Amino acid sequence: MSMLIFYILAIVAVVSALMVVTLRNVFHSALFLVLTLFSVAGIYVLLEAEFLAAVQVLIYVGAITILMIFAIMLTYQITSKSIRQVNEQVIPAVIIVLVFFVLSLVTLIKTSWPVSNKSLPGNNTFEIGRQLLSTYVIPFEVVSIVLLIALIGAIIISRQDGPSRPGQEDR
Amino acid sequence: MLLSIFIDVVKVIVVFAGFMIMIAYTTWFERRMVAFIQSRLGPNRVGPAGLLQPIADAFKLLFKEPFLPEKSNKVLFSLAPMIAFIPPILAVAVVPIGDTITIAGRKVELLISDLNIGILYVFALGSIGVYGLVLAGWSSNSKYSLLGGLRSSAQMISYEIGLGLSVVGLLMIAQTFSIAEIVRQQSGSVLNWYFFKQPVAFFLFFICAMAESNRLPFDLPEAESELVAGYHTEYPGMRFALFFLGEYAHMITVSMVTASLFFGGWSGPFLPPIVWFLIKVVAFLFIYVWVRGTLPRFRYDQLMRFGWLVIFPLTLVNILVTGLVMVL
Repeated sequence: MSMLIFYILAIVAVVSALMVVTLRNVFHSALFLVLTLFSVAGIYVLLEAEFLAAVQVLIYVGAITILMIFAIMLTYQITSKSIRQVNEQVIPAVIIVLVFFVLSLVTLIKTSWPVSNKSLPGNNTFEIGRQLLSTYVIPFEVVSIVLLIALIGAIIISRQDGPSRPGQEDR
Repeated sequence: MLLSIFIDVVKVIVVFAGFMIMIAYTTWFERRMVAFIQSRLGPNRVGPAGLLQPIADAFKLLFKEPFLPEKSNKVLFSLAPMIAFIPPILAVAVVPIGDTITIAGRKVELLISDLNIGILYVFALGSIGVYGLVLAGWSSNSKYSLLGGLRSSAQMISYEIGLGLSVVGLLMIAQTFSIAEIVRQQSGSVLNWYFFKQPVAFFLFFICAMAESNRLPFDLPEAESELVAGYHTEYPGMRFALFFLGEYAHMITVSMVTASLFFGGWSGPFLPPIVWFLIKVVAFLFIYVWVRGTLPRFRYDQLMRFGWLVIFPLTLVNILVTGLVMVL
């Protein structure tokens, strides 16, 4: 039963991911991205990672993709244009992707994936929080700093007025 | 096994039917209350005190012609009202309407599912609800709808952050995401209510939730005085009604979650738990209607400034203070 659900979710995720990169209407692409992210959240639920699933929907579906859609809707008549999804570098891209695909396939087959016999902690949200703030505290903090830097970068780029930019007075 | 499936099915049907009736009668409640606030009578002709008005309205809307605007995106246009309507109903599944009871030797929890990510599940569904408005705005292919959709996406993103962060302080004290467990921690005495431990969080949460459900004074996405009807301008008949009912469903869900998080949910003396729960929910619905009847609408820039420069820092301060108090 759960295998069947997994296959349905996996197929939906992959097909809609393909739609994202092939459709010619940028708004439709964004909507298929939502479907992909949603199926991935479903797979998380199947793996009993409810916390990850909820956060996946909350962050990726509810915030990031909505921001993309917001930007698309703000851009004048971009949705009535048919966009090109390939450019003149399509052949090198295909070669690199194929190499990467073979590489990951070989890795996938050759690695003996460890399976833990430990049962899942009853409240895995609690366990994720504990691990993040003890064992993995340094990666966690580093990621926060990276995000903060990105945030400040975005503010600096979008900032148009103010005395700190000398080139702007003559506008 | 069969019995537990049967119990689950019964619970789902009872909660769903009760919720639908509540949605219908919230429309009546709001129209009557706003009328009284404005020294009018409101709908009072259909049935005693106008109680059959929601049913009459439903029939009226069902018999309207469900046309599709010619230049709209047909699939998304039909999908949008459903996306707006379904998530708030699904969110009710994690809200407990009473304590665990024993029927014929079996313990039955009076909620559909006690997810251990309870409150996150509610927020996640809330963030899906935005898509209904955005898709409606975009697929209608009309400038008023598009503006409404744009406004709603900006508003939702801004206030979702406040909504999520406002309860972090409460979650730090409660140490759980499960709404059933949070309610259980508050039972016993009124002083156990999280409202008294997290008063600031309650006000921030309620304001953000109001903005999330697009109610006045935050109903910028539909703003009838400037955008005709905003995102649902092009929608006729029952499709329009789904948006309308979705808004009410959202209000009820928010009232239920607020009552459960801050005001002890079903807990209370003498009366049965379900009655206490309904009293608290109706009290919040009344506040919703009251605010709608008395406050003017925000201007768009005020709305965004308020969200980012007032609500957002206050939630952070609230988390900081909670942390300090807990450590000291």
